[in-house]
Order: sequence, then structure tokens, then C-alpha cells
Amino acid sequence: MQKSPNRESLLRKPGFQTLLASLLCIVLGLLVGFIALLIINPSGAGEAIMDIMRNFLNYSKRTTQIKNLGNTLVKTAPLLMCSLSVLFAYKVGLFNIGAAGQYVAGAGACIYCAVGLGLPWFVCMLASILAGAVVGAVSGALKAYRNVNEVISCIMLNWISLYLVNTLLSGVKNPTSPYTYSVTKKLVTVDGVQQVVDHPQALLPQLGIQGLFNNNKYVGLALPLAILLAVCIWVLLSKTRLGYELRATGLNKNAAKYCGMQDRHNIVLTMAIAGGLAGIGASMLYLTGFEDWSVTQSSVPGMGFNGIAAAFLGGLNPIASIFSSFFIQHITDGGAQLDKQVYPAEISSLISSLIIYFCGFVLFFKTSLNRWLDRRGEKPLTDKGGKA
Amino acid sequence: MILLIQYTLVFTSVLMLVALGGCFSEHSGVINIGLEGIMVFGALGGALVMKYLPVGLPGFLFFIICVCAAMLAGILYSLLLAVAAIDFKADQTLVGTAMNLLGTAAATVIVKAINTAENPNNPSSTIQYIAAKKHFLFVDGYEFNWFMVLAVILLILSTVILYRTRFGLRLMACGEHPQAADSVGINVRKMRYAGVIISGLLGGLGGLVYITAGVSEWKFENGVAGFGFLALAVMIFGGWKPTKIALAALLFGLFRSLSNVYTGFGFLNSLNLPSTVYNMLPYIISLIVLVLFSANSAAPKAEGIPYDKGSR
Repeated sequence: MQKSPNRESLLRKPGFQTLLASLLCIVLGLLVGFIALLIINPSGAGEAIMDIMRNFLNYSKRTTQIKNLGNTLVKTAPLLMCSLSVLFAYKVGLFNIGAAGQYVAGAGACIYCAVGLGLPWFVCMLASILAGAVVGAVSGALKAYRNVNEVISCIMLNWISLYLVNTLLSGVKNPTSPYTYSVTKKLVTVDGVQQVVDHPQALLPQLGIQGLFNNNKYVGLALPLAILLAVCIWVLLSKTRLGYELRATGLNKNAAKYCGMQDRHNIVLTMAIAGGLAGIGASMLYLTGFEDWSVTQSSVPGMGFNGIAAAFLGGLNPIASIFSSFFIQHITDGGAQLDKQVYPAEISSLISSLIIYFCGFVLFFKTSLNRWLDRRGEKPLTDKGGKA
Repeated sequence: MILLIQYTLVFTSVLMLVALGGCFSEHSGVINIGLEGIMVFGALGGALVMKYLPVGLPGFLFFIICVCAAMLAGILYSLLLAVAAIDFKADQTLVGTAMNLLGTAAATVIVKAINTAENPNNPSSTIQYIAAKKHFLFVDGYEFNWFMVLAVILLILSTVILYRTRFGLRLMACGEHPQAADSVGINVRKMRYAGVIISGLLGGLGGLVYITAGVSEWKFENGVAGFGFLALAVMIFGGWKPTKIALAALLFGLFRSLSNVYTGFGFLNSLNLPSTVYNMLPYIISLIVLVLFSANSAAPKAEGIPYDKGSR
């Protein structure tokens, strides 16, 4: 195969390498998913993997497609926040597997504020940011001051948050189902009797965006806000002094300390910001009324874990994670399109966890690629091993 | 009271086995965050064997086959970590996390596929093994099982292997200073593979013990509810030493079993705490323990760092 020097230099670019690596991860993940489908039932496997990848395009009517694209986007916003949470912490050298628990805390806070206390949406959203930030800061403080491995403390906090939120939200539970009341309701006590009244102020404003999605009433403020926050995180990490300090702390804690940066303080701050991001993500989903919380759930919602997939698939770049989040949510929803009597919907989580696994090989891929380029010897040794 | 002792011993066995697994892996220099996923796969291997093996087999043989299946499943699954972390120098935390998610997802897919193939109207992720489980018990009606004996044997074996054999000492050298180990002719790559594989074996067995603890069916969608991580906390609390790990596991096992049996205790009932408090207890305790015991960590010095012959 002939390669022009121009093409060669493109292959050298760290950004392009990251893109290439991510695409490779996706292809490999889908391939293994496809093999799993083949093993389960060979006759429909090709159709099934296409169904997963098509997701909303499975519907024949254009208006239905648009509406379902809206549904995917409703869940993309919180996923994007979780992936930002993970990548932000990772840039500072912390593995925030606790995004799931911080997300749970955020969900608990916003639902309770909406239904239990009858507060308007922006207060509910602030409450979920705060709740997530507190949970995150606890892991950060334990790491900074007591040298507790953040992965383990995060996992413990995931479960603690889940049980606490279940207990808290039992107070606003609909007596006829395991779910809480919708956030469009609030509980008021009149003369000692509890009553359920309408409370639309807790819903996120739609800003007219719902019109673009065939009046899908769940689409609204969350989407532009999530994208705006992604840009903010990019600016914060790469253009500000604070971002520089945080990344420096992540790269070498001792060097950062030597340069007069407050390493411990930075670690706590990072985890608090990461937690706040995951927390606001929860409010972006639950304050649309798209889903209600089931107080009997015994496993931590997968949103935070999918955030890990989205973060690494996006090469740990905030802007790229907008697209990777959409992709992960796209195939997750696509899994629900499968015929449940033949294929389990969890094929999608299988694919996204495989994508995370393959992301572990990205560094190896890049060094091998660079070494291969070096061996071709068409270019002198420059900028070797760029790490994303 | 007898109920509390039963459950404590069951959960202690689980935590001890899995923590010992983590201990081997970490002493060889590989952080095994993926223990949770390994447990799920071990549990799946064991559960499938229990499902398909004829119940008429002699009890002891049945037990051995189940144990071997769980260990084998755990070993195979742990190879995912070994290959990525040792040969491809991947980020061990990332790969371990992926393995945990993959373990639950893959197990759910497998079990659901089996269930729907048998009956299209049963898309659940549950495997039942009521009849098979009887083979594991000493006495009918009590939860004392052969796994507890096996766990004690494996504990003694682990201590001996780690501290009294050439293999164990070499393994630990690879986790402390792989360059030094390499310089005296120890094959670091092989040793690390051995460490991860042993952790797969023990983790897989732990998974099987966990799903037979007090229940006779398992819903694989739920994974193992953070038990792999509790085991890591036990390992840290136990200072990476087998005997201390056993004691730590006993403490954690006690708190974990409280959530199963607290209703049987008058004074606990009279406190009138919601059941979620008992569910949270093991996680809270482990956080506290980590806070108290992580500061002066006795972790193997080279754990988590891929071995690079060129570095010093």
C-alpha cells in the first residue's frame, strides 16, 4: 500500500490516532457483540446487530423516527454529564467510578426537592449538583487526606448512596407502585392529610426545542445545557490556570506540590466538580419526567458506568465525548429494539463494556502505530507517543 | 444465633477466598479491580454445572465438579486481565472496571439466552439450583457447607505457598521490585500470569460460594452486588497477609450477615431501624476501615505498574 508523506503526517497526529483508536474499539466491540448474537441465534443475528445500530431508524415513519431520536437525546444529556465527570477526574489522575453513585445522589436530591418539597426546577437542579458534589468530595477527601484508593471508596459510596436515596424517596413514593410520584406532582399536607397536587414548575423548560423533535415533550433545556457544559469543561481544563493546576496535580502530585500547588485541596475540588457534573446529569433526566425512580431497585443505575465508556471512547476529550455519549446511548437504546424472545437487550451493555475493555489497549495501539511509522523511516523521530 | 453464625461463616468464606485471590494478584504486581467480574463468571460456571449435572451423582463428586467449573470459569475470565495488563501494558484500573461491567453484562446475556431458548416466554436472568445445593450441605436445614472447609484448606495452602515456597517468594518479589527479580533470573511475565490466574481461581470459587449462600437461585442481572470490592477492602484491611485477611473477612462477614438475620434478634428489632441500614452496613464499615488503615499502606510497591525491562 502506498502512502503519501501527507497521509503519513496525518497518521502521526495524536488527535487522528485517538479517533482511529476509538473507531477500532467500536468496530471490535460490535464485532464481538455480533459473534455473541450469532451464537445465540445465527439466523437473525445480522438483522439484530443492524437493529441495534439503527435504533430510532428502525421506525418506518419519519415523524416517529424524529420523536425517538428525541428520546435517545433525552438520555444522552445525562450520559454526557457522567462521561464529563469521569474524564474530568481522570485528567487529574483519579478514576471516578463513583459517577454512578453521584448520579444516584443527584437523582435523589432533585426528585425529593420536586415532589417532597415542591421546589421549582432550578432549585432542584442546584440540589442535585450539591448532592453529587458532596458524594464526590467525600471520595476526594478520603483520597487526599487518608490515602484511600478512590476506586474502592467510590464503589462503597455507590451502594451507600443507592440505599440512602431509596430510603429518602420512599417518603415520596406512589403507594400503588414501586415508583415515586412523577416530578410534575408535589405532596402537600392540608389539615394533616397528605394530598397530591400538580406541580409543573419542577419540569425543565422546553425552550421550544421539543418542536424540532415532533413535539417530544421530554426534550428541552437539558440538551443545550449539557453541550454548553462540555464546552465549559474543555475551556476549564485546557485554557485556565485552575485546569492547568489540576492536570499538573494529576500528572505528578509531588511536582505540583513542589511548585506551590495545593495538591490535596485540588484532589478534593476535582472530585467535587466531577460529582457535581454527575449530579446535574441526574437532574437532566429526572426533571424531564421521562422516568421515575423505583425505590425498590437493588442495583446502581448503569448511567454512571456507561459514562466511563463514553469518556474513554471519546479519547478523554470533552468535545469528542458529546459524540461518543450519543453513540453509547444510541446502541443502548438500540438494544431495546431487539426481539426479547430471541435476544437479550443486555447485548448493548455487553458491547459498551467491551468498548471500555478495548479502550485499555489504546495506549499500546498508539505506541505500536508510532513505532511502525518510525520503522518506515520516512520521517525523522518527532513527537513520539502523544498521549491523549 | 445459630443462623447468625451460619451466615457469618458463609460470607466470611466468600470474602476470604476472593480477598486471597486479590492478594495473590497484587503480590505479583497486578491490581485486580476486576474481582467482581471474576466472581460473576465463577458463579455462572458453577450455576450452569449445577443446572445441567444430573442430581443423582454422588454428593462429593458433584461438589468437586462444581468447584472445578467455578474455578475454571474464573481462571478463563481472569486471562482477560492478564493479557491486557501484562502483555499490553493496559491501565489496570480501566481494564478491571471493564471486566466488572462485562462480567455482569455477559453473564446476563448468556443466562437470558439459555432461558429464552428453553422457553421464549421466560426472558429472565435467573438460574435455579435447589436440588443441587443439597449436595453442599453438612446437615439438611442448616447452611453449614463444604465450602467452609475448602476455604480453610485454601487459606492454609495460600499462607504456605506465599511464605514457604520458592514460587510464593518469587511471586512477591515481582510485586515489590520486578527489575530486581528479573535480574536474578525470575520470569516476571510468567509470575504475574500466575498471580492473576490464582486470583481468577479463588475469585471464581468465591463467586460460587456467594450465590449458594442462603439462596437457591440467582438473578445474574444483579451481579454480585459489590462483593468483589468488599473483598478488596478486606484485603487492604488485612494488610495483604493471608492470616490477617481471614480475620478481616470474619469481621466483614459478621456485618454482612446481619442484614440477612437481624430480624431474629430482639434487641436489633427493637431499634426499629429500616432494613436499608443493615444493607448499607458492610459498605459503611469498609469505608471506615479504609479510612483507618489506608494511611500506612503495606501494598506491594510495584503493583499497578506495567513491567518495563528498560526502566530502572
